[in-house]
This record gives sequence, structure tokens and C-alpha cells, in this order.
Amino acid sequence: MSPAAPGRGGAAPVARCATPPEYFEKDEGPGTGRLHLSRNTPAGGVRQLLLMVALVICAALAGGARAQATGGLGLVVERADGALVVVDHTRREAIGRIEGLGDLSHASLVYSPDERFAYVFGRDGGLTKVDILARAVVGRVMQAGNSIGGAISDDGRYVAVSNYEPGGVRVFDADTLEMVADIPTGSKTVGLVDIPGTRFVFSLWDRGETWIADLSAETPEITRIAGMGANPYDALVTANGRTYIAGLFGADHLSALDLWQDDPRPRPILPGYADGREGLPVYKMPHLEGWALAGREFALPAMGQHEVLWVDARTLKETGRTPTHGQPVFAMARPDGRHVWVNFAHPKNDTIQVIDTLTKRVVHEFKPGPGVLHMEFTPRGHEVWLSVRDADKVMVYDTETFEKLGEIDARSPSGIFFTARAHRTGL
Amino acid sequence: MRSLVATTVLAATAAAGSGAERPIDAARLERLVRHDCGSCHGMTLKGGLGTPLTPDALSHTDAGLLTGIILDGIPGTPMPPWRPLLSAAEARWIANYLLEGGTE
Repeated sequence: MSPAAPGRGGAAPVARCATPPEYFEKDEGPGTGRLHLSRNTPAGGVRQLLLMVALVICAALAGGARAQATGGLGLVVERADGALVVVDHTRREAIGRIEGLGDLSHASLVYSPDERFAYVFGRDGGLTKVDILARAVVGRVMQAGNSIGGAISDDGRYVAVSNYEPGGVRVFDADTLEMVADIPTGSKTVGLVDIPGTRFVFSLWDRGETWIADLSAETPEITRIAGMGANPYDALVTANGRTYIAGLFGADHLSALDLWQDDPRPRPILPGYADGREGLPVYKMPHLEGWALAGREFALPAMGQHEVLWVDARTLKETGRTPTHGQPVFAMARPDGRHVWVNFAHPKNDTIQVIDTLTKRVVHEFKPGPGVLHMEFTPRGHEVWLSVRDADKVMVYDTETFEKLGEIDARSPSGIFFTARAHRTGL
Repeated sequence: MRSLVATTVLAATAAAGSGAERPIDAARLERLVRHDCGSCHGMTLKGGLGTPLTPDALSHTDAGLLTGIILDGIPGTPMPPWRPLLSAAEARWIANYLLEGGTE
């Protein structure tokens, strides 16, 4: 059993272990409005038991854990070293490092609902569970030869991994990392996301299909949707779990599904957006993430065109295009949707452009440094963190003034993931 | 050492391309292979959305063919033409580097 096991759902007691556990000792009775762990217990003995459990957890984590809540934390992938930097975005600093995660050259991660554990999906097919508080790997399985990403179910019970080699999706118990379902697809799988109802959605690069896997019952139930279009390369789902959009490499449009329908049918969006124009070389595939909704529109990276495409979220009709500095990789709406931040593929990956959602014009452009790979907004969007791979830095900017606020050392940083993602569908 | 050999060989193979006059910068090209080719083929070149580029995986090909693929891409697949960014000599250097397993 991993040292982490006693702590399931226990971030608060652990966070308290170096300070007096005051809410176990004071009993101000019901109706005081105070957050109170013993509220629903008969008091006395049970409180003592809880205190003992908390102390056991503290002992189990001795040497690793500190008094630390996790809501302001995050992880930064060091892609060349197979390591994670633990960061505190409220203080703009690195607070720890976790090593031994294998090949993280293309890596992403998701968080447990209590924001204590992260599940990291490595390029080498490794699925690694880390304990942010203990700064330790607490579980690791080599589940495939080559994987691309993953998702965690709405109830936090299952972690699904999307594989290039041997293809398909595998689903694991989030506590033990034991495999609970193997879903071969005969294709590389991409765009794996979670949606409500303990379901996962993903797309098949080689077959132009999207599958929905429902894990709410004993046996997974698969729904196959054909006709998505040639070579879906990535996909996103909106925060309400309703609209799934797949980007296509092999077709001049994207495809959307309304997952609230009993029988979702693919609907082409932006058909022929590159009609009559030469396709420009794509030196890095764009990524689609659940940050696409800006106001009432989606902002989406074009494929083979240097522009961001705008689509009305309700009608799915085009509402505009913004010419950009290069091939967009990420087009990410600030959490309030007021701006969209864009980074670019090689060789223009030293630049960021910020687009105003109302005017759809670039309002700010700057060069943080060589190899800007990823962006992550603080949960309410007042700051943004940028990983600048070839500068070995993560840089922090104010999203209103665009002033640089600080930087953090990290070796070849790529993905940045703040724990607030734990509470968002599709992330 | 391998890089030195490759560079010497290439110095003799003059080639036209976007950076023909630019001397071969092995460190820059090695970085490009790992990070930029690596964004599809994997940083360790064991594959991703793109095929593996290990010497084993490339055993059916040769430097000439590989150089052509690097420069002109493979139409209908995500492999883009690198001619706008690399000289023929640089592409040739990368082809040799891959065939020799430079990243291992």
C-alpha cells in the first residue's frame, strides 16, 4: 500500500499537521457557521479517532509533506528530465521537485478531485501517480508503448489514458492504478476528455471516428460515432461537457458533436476555411483544450493557416478570423474570456500574441524568449504562466498590464498545470 | 565525434537551399531534431503521432531518401517540408545523424 493511501480526501488534515489541529479541539456547537469536521459525528471519541488518523497521516508523510493546502499549487513538466516542479502560483515560486517519471517529452496530467494527487501521462506509456504534498511518486505503471494524454472521470474513480502505440484507451482505478478496462480501437487515439456521467470521449486518428465510453455501469459501454472527418489530431470539450470539437488534419474543417443528444451526429464547422489558399507547413500540431470559449465564441487555431478562427458557440457559424504571427499551437481564452492568448509553432515559437475578444484584433505582442511551449492562467486569470523551454524558465505575467512579474527556473519546461483544473470538466 | 565526421563529409557536399552559406551548426541541429522533430516523433525519436526515427526504424531507407523527405515532406501526411527552414546540407546532416543513432 502506498504511503498516500490514508490520505484519500484528506488534504485538509494533512495541511494542518504542523499547526495546532484547532478544529478538532474546539467545539462551538452547531450554527456557528464555522467549518467543522466533527459536525456530523457524535463528538468525543470520534473526534479523538479523527485526530489519531490525522497524526498517523502526518507520521506517514514525515520528511515529505509540509503544512500546505493545495489549491494554489501546480506542476510544471520538465520534459527533458522526466521531472515535475511543484509550484505555488499564489507566491510565484517553486516549492519542490518530483523526479523519476520516465519520458515526459510529451506529457500532460490531471488532478484528483481533492487536488492532492496528479496522474501524469508520459510519452513512454507510463502512467504515474504523484502526491503533491509528499512530493513523491506513489504509483507508476507502464501501460502502453507510447501515449498521448489522459483524463480523470467526474467522480475521480477512473483515470483513462489515450495511446498511440498500441492504440486504444486503457482505464485505471485512480486509487490503485489497476487496469479496469481495455478499449482497443485499431487506431491511434487522440482528444481524450472526461464528460459527466462517468464517461470519456476520444477520437481515432486513423479512422475518423469519435467514441464515447460510459463507465458508470459494471461493463464499459461504447458508443461509436463515424464520419468525424479525416485524421482528427486533437479535440476539446466545453466546460459543461456538451460540445466536443475535433480538429482535423486531413480535412478543411473541424467537427463538432452535441453530447447532450441521445444520438450525437458530427457537424462540420468552418467548412472550407482554407479554400483556395495554399496550406502552409505545420511544424507543430495545434492543441485543442477546454479554454476555447471566449464570451459567446470559440477561438480555434487554424491548421496550415496563420490565423485564429472564431465560431459562434451556439450556431457553430464562423464569426471572424484573426491573422496571426505564425501557425497557432494554443489559442487559450483567459478564464473571463476577455482576451485570447496565442503561442506558435516552430520557428515562431518565441512570440505570444494577445487577441481582444470583442474586436478580434491583436492588442499585444511580445517575445518572452525562445520556445514558448505552454501557457496556464491563474484560476481567475489575473496572471499567466508561460513555459519558455530554451530559456529554462517559467515566466509570470500580469494579464492586464502585460508586465512581467517574475520567473522560475525549470529545465526545458513544457506543460504547466494548476490544481484548479481538478474542478473543471474536460481538463 | 560522430558530429565531427558528419560535418566533414558534408563540407564536401555543397548544396543549394535556404541556408546554403550557413555553416553546419551541429548543436543547433541536434537541438532541432530532439525538440522540433521530436514534437511529432518524440524527443527520444521513438515515435508519437509521427513514426519512430531510430536507426532500426529507418533501416529500410538511406541518407539520400531521408534528406529528400526532410526537405520536401510527405504530401498527404503531417510531415512538412523543411526546405523553408533548412539547407540541403543541414537536411543531409540530420539524415546521417538519425541513421547513425545520434540521439541514443
